[in-house]
Amino acid sequence: MSVARHSQLSPLQRLLQGTPGLWIVLAVAAGASYGFVQSPRSLPVRLLLIFSLLLIYFMPQKGWIKLLYGGGMLLIVLPYLGLFNPFLMELGFQIAAFATLAIGLNIVVGFAGLLDLGYVAFFAVGAYLWAFFGSQQLWHTDEAPGTFTIFATFPFPAWWFWIFLGVGVVGAAFTGVLLGFPVLRLRGDYLAIVTLGFGEVIRVMANNLDKPINLTNGPQGITPIQRPPIPSFFTSPEFLEQLGQLAGRPVGLNDLYGFFFYFMAVAILVLAIFLALRLDNSKLGRAWTAIREDDVAAVAMGVPLRRTKLAAFAIGASFSGAMGVLYAANRTFVSPETFSLTVSISILVMVILGGLGSIAGVVLGAAIVTMLNIDILQTLSLQLSSLRQGSGTIPLLGIPWASLPTQLDPARYQRLFFGLLLIVMMIFRPEGIIPSQRRRLELHEEPAQEPLAAQLEGELEPDHKLES
Amino acid sequence: MRPLLELRNVTKCFGGLVAVNNVDLQIEPGRIASVIGPNGAGKTTIFNTITGIYRPDAGTIRFDGQNIAGKRPDQITAAGMCRTFQNIRLFHNMTVLENVLVGAHTQTPSTLWGAMLRTRSFQRAEEKARQEAIRLLRYVGLPAGLGDQLAKNLPYGQQRRIEIARALAANPKLILLDEPTAGMNPQETEAAIRLFRRLRDELGVTVVLIEHDMKVVMGISEYVTVIDYGQKIAEGTTAEVRKNQRVIEAYLGRSAPSEQGPVGEGS
Repeated sequence: MSVARHSQLSPLQRLLQGTPGLWIVLAVAAGASYGFVQSPRSLPVRLLLIFSLLLIYFMPQKGWIKLLYGGGMLLIVLPYLGLFNPFLMELGFQIAAFATLAIGLNIVVGFAGLLDLGYVAFFAVGAYLWAFFGSQQLWHTDEAPGTFTIFATFPFPAWWFWIFLGVGVVGAAFTGVLLGFPVLRLRGDYLAIVTLGFGEVIRVMANNLDKPINLTNGPQGITPIQRPPIPSFFTSPEFLEQLGQLAGRPVGLNDLYGFFFYFMAVAILVLAIFLALRLDNSKLGRAWTAIREDDVAAVAMGVPLRRTKLAAFAIGASFSGAMGVLYAANRTFVSPETFSLTVSISILVMVILGGLGSIAGVVLGAAIVTMLNIDILQTLSLQLSSLRQGSGTIPLLGIPWASLPTQLDPARYQRLFFGLLLIVMMIFRPEGIIPSQRRRLELHEEPAQEPLAAQLEGELEPDHKLES
Repeated sequence: MRPLLELRNVTKCFGGLVAVNNVDLQIEPGRIASVIGPNGAGKTTIFNTITGIYRPDAGTIRFDGQNIAGKRPDQITAAGMCRTFQNIRLFHNMTVLENVLVGAHTQTPSTLWGAMLRTRSFQRAEEKARQEAIRLLRYVGLPAGLGDQLAKNLPYGQQRRIEIARALAANPKLILLDEPTAGMNPQETEAAIRLFRRLRDELGVTVVLIEHDMKVVMGISEYVTVIDYGQKIAEGTTAEVRKNQRVIEAYLGRSAPSEQGPVGEGS
């Protein structure tokens, strides 16, 4: 396998081979980091940082070296840079969170071929589980939204968050099975419609379960939600002061939580990647692929359809359940709006963009879509509006920036960009940016011509005997 | 001898169409048996009913001492019966080896937790299944080194062989082959017939085939059942069936004798 891979290196990978490659990647990463320290708010520098992570993934080096590089970047360099601009940690958290969701959806859509358009529902289940038990909502179940006051204490102590991380996994998996049962017999378009409806049902329930018993606080959402406690060592004034000296600015509890959630999300993401890779390469993973390919043949070969499909729904959902709990704690606020159809679609876009069925691709897809969503387009809009404040004119056109209508704000065209991106992808690279091994063969390989000798050999009477 | 597979009064309807009408069928262990009949006679429907893809509307199906009528296909496969399909249904975008490994689904004792934790027993089970799959591919006569090819990229005759290897991976007592030589040239057909014999002689698998090619049927079958319009019209040894008037009528038609001859499909 590895031999075959080396023979088809891309030009970029050939550049990153051997010891020179190690230094090149190191130089890019170091350059990006230095640039970040110099101008912590620069978008190109952030993109260069992400790019250096991509280089680490692509460089044709030994596994442990890549692990060392990648681990060093994610666990040491990025958090260190986060001291200079806390937004980097927020960005990292969001990318890791959505990458985990995308990996979960990838199990359902990419591995088992069950198109699920309501995936965000499982995220909502996890988030609302901690939102309800981690806030004071339990005390207000008989009161209408907006009529109650916030107390100083909570029904459950904050460390219960750790337990609810598990509860979120189980709850979301259970919901996955619940969705799975009625859709077992459906495929293709019908499945997509029903799952879409399911996603909406969960959102509408969150919207309306404020009466007769106020469980979700309706459209107003639940707040405040507790964050898990941080060990007192980190919150001690001495430690914060040391961090502040490193950063050159005062570091407070909120910054600390930024780091905390970043590390948590990365940990869950790594676990999700690990599990997804192992499942893909197992009996269950093969059964999923078989169902995707031909479910009649699969069941005739002894693959239990019901159990295998339910396993896909449950395992896919469980990843997003855990992330939901973490997300609720991170935002300290959840409302039904967070779980709209567009989020489901966004996650699907990540999966398709990166490469259906490919774990690395899906993570990259999540990074691209999330960056576009919360960073690139926003930053462009901000820059445009600052230009609009000034008195300059647009080069070549001679029109003053100030007369540019706000309708042309890039952030308003988020969906347009996704649409264009998908169309371009489907035309030029339908298998995704980093396709799974299987899809690459599926979409781009000509039927292999065996040597004539091999074909003839097949016709001869085989004389191999089955031992044992 | 007690039959390995026994159908009694099995009926399967699709709306008003009675596709299989009150069919009795007995297959004794260690036999090579054929089910023949004109196109649309209901042979494949019988196979689908036996393997659980269709649920019989009436009648009992006993396999290896247990009633399997109404059970799910995967349960029936687990009980020791596996099949191939008339229009090859390999998992096209999986490798040849993976195809056979899916066939071994019921034989691989690995669990979800084993897969996640990569336990020693999981690794052992995977390795064993892999070795077994490679052996099966050799056994059905697939040239070595094709295991990592996508199934769809192989030529037709080899795909048929892979399908048989995949069915064998389920360790069946009985294997049902639905028109296994369709589309093969004479040499390929010869080799296929030899393979079917070896399945029975060397592996002790009972073989039931649906076939159109009379040369195959007459050359290999020890027992032939003839189906027409969903009903069994004859059964017996090849010699007996060949002489049966109803069989001749079903195949050659009941009309003017001038129409027989070059038009006959299986001749």
